Amino acid sequence: MNKKIKFSKGIHTAFDYLLENHEEFFVIGQGLWSPWYVGETMKDLDKKYGKKRVIDTPVSELAVTGATIGAAITGFKPLVVHPRVDFMLLAVDQIVTQAAKWRHMFGNNSSAPATFRAIINRGGEQGAQHSQSLHSWFAHIPGLKVVMPYDANDARDLLISSVLADDPVVFMDDRWLYDEEFIDKGLKLIDLKDVKPKIIQEGKDITIVGVGFTVKKIMDCKQELSVLNIDPEIIDLRLLNPIDYSSIINSVKKTKRLVVVDGDWSSCGLASEIITSVVESVNPQDLISKPKRVTLVDAPAPTSKYLENDYYISTENIIDAIKEIF
Amino acid sequence: MNKFKDLNNIESFTHFTDVNISDLKKDILLKMLFKMILIRKAEEKISENVENGTIKCPCHLAIGQEAIAVAAALSMIKDDKAFGAHRSHAHFLALNDDTFSLFAEVLGRVDGCSKGMGGSMHIIDKSNGFYGSVPIVGATIPMATGAGLSISLKESKNLSISYFGDGACEEGVLHESLNLASVMNLPTVFICENNLFSSHLRIDQRQTEMYTSRFAKAHNIESIVIDGNNITDLYNFMSTKFKSVRDTHKPLFIEAITYRWKGHVGHREDEDVGVERSQDLRKWRNRDPIKLLSEELIKNNIISTVELNQIEKEIISKIENDWNKALKSEFPDKSNLNKFVYS
Repeated sequence: MNKKIKFSKGIHTAFDYLLENHEEFFVIGQGLWSPWYVGETMKDLDKKYGKKRVIDTPVSELAVTGATIGAAITGFKPLVVHPRVDFMLLAVDQIVTQAAKWRHMFGNNSSAPATFRAIINRGGEQGAQHSQSLHSWFAHIPGLKVVMPYDANDARDLLISSVLADDPVVFMDDRWLYDEEFIDKGLKLIDLKDVKPKIIQEGKDITIVGVGFTVKKIMDCKQELSVLNIDPEIIDLRLLNPIDYSSIINSVKKTKRLVVVDGDWSSCGLASEIITSVVESVNPQDLISKPKRVTLVDAPAPTSKYLENDYYISTENIIDAIKEIF
Repeated sequence: MNKFKDLNNIESFTHFTDVNISDLKKDILLKMLFKMILIRKAEEKISENVENGTIKCPCHLAIGQEAIAVAAALSMIKDDKAFGAHRSHAHFLALNDDTFSLFAEVLGRVDGCSKGMGGSMHIIDKSNGFYGSVPIVGATIPMATGAGLSISLKESKNLSISYFGDGACEEGVLHESLNLASVMNLPTVFICENNLFSSHLRIDQRQTEMYTSRFAKAHNIESIVIDGNNITDLYNFMSTKFKSVRDTHKPLFIEAITYRWKGHVGHREDEDVGVERSQDLRKWRNRDPIKLLSEELIKNNIISTVELNQIEKEIISKIENDWNKALKSEFPDKSNLNKFVYS
């Protein structure tokens, strides 16, 4: 029987590997000495590797992120954890205006290879200020790489490659994936420069692109799609900036239909970007139907469970969107 | 109690001290003199070329404030790491005397310290300990704190320096960074060049007290208020104190009171920002850090007036050469536009 690995274990394994093998790595952020903040993804790392390299901090997102960047500029490959994306926004100047531009504005004479790990906390009645994802915002910025894994193997391997990359990386992991299990393919060292969207299921009738948690939602639609006699090609985007569109474009040329499922708002979002980039490269007559996007309701996240059920993307939303273009 | 008593009465300013060259060797005194004059003349050259339109990028000049950067640079050792801000030509030149790469940079040429990609506000020279300057107020303060964290993790006997102004003390990130450096015992020296102005607003229009070192006290960081135009006092304090920061890995806050002779940005003195400060400026010109040192050197027969003129002449000639060389440097290749976005 194949060994299984949970998504949260994938992240934990990456930290274990980095702390064990890379002296220039340290991790810093709020709640790192408390499992309550980061769940099992960082459990007991401080006990195993010491509080000097696994650093819990004062409530200062901006200075802590800036200090992480300062350490990156002066020779480390650090990672700062923001247990919720929403709190990372207090540090946007450092991420967007400093780190992302550091190499370019100094003519390649310096760089800021820090990793910004932000955890997406959807649901659980956490409301408008604890549930944002905002990956499209960060993916808009030249100089920032943005990584969002779906598979536990990617969570592990992409986290390691994000840290070891010579660029600033925003790494976002979705709490809703933490308990998902995948076949453990074993740790693989990859270069973030080689990471492209991954076709996780081949098919001929429609291309469905997802990112992070929405890939799981797409996978959950498989059975119903097969009842409908629809054979989907499913693509896990993985790296949101910069995106290599070739595999998506080739897939759409083959299937002639495209649906993008993105767990963020539609306006100026990732789904729009993918659809635009595809239609710019595919002849209109080669498409059987209009492309479609499935996104969040254009509103802040509600608090009550009753409304959350309608707010977040469900398999029905995806199936309905697909039915519309068949 | 009037918290701005000193501000309105420059002549009796509490922290002014006399330049005192005793205990300092001739070679260090001459270095101070050389570097301050080099920075002054280089910035005058830049000012002239901002005015005539040859330089297009925004240039924030530190004329009148040279002593602080020079004292700090002369107190730094190998692997100390300084971060600047928008007004950083002096911080850069004090460490490397490299007027050519600064001139080429402000002209947007490929031989500039940032290959012509940064201009005046993005200058860097890592090999001499200058890790970069940016114009977002306060942005490099946490980075310098992080450089302190680097040094702390490596357990090396070094320090990091954060240069910022009184305006940056109104940014939240200063307070977060001071707390972090204090709680984590980081060897970071926070140097506040309090020139009493942020852009067009004087400090009494922005803060409740004149002295920013009160913020260091709030975070239990050792601090001093010092005459920012007195190079010997600055150097004596920094060269001694930097050693203890490297040894103890405890942060330090230096508030150097000074005055910029030019407006916030560009070649004008004050009318560009609608501020009438000519009376104050006249008084502050009497406290020219270069004049205060050179007069003392001449009085004590360390150098003669002839030698001083000779030094100035040599510096002006270096600056002319470097400027003309920079003008001949190429613009960056257009392919550089997106060459340095990623590694």
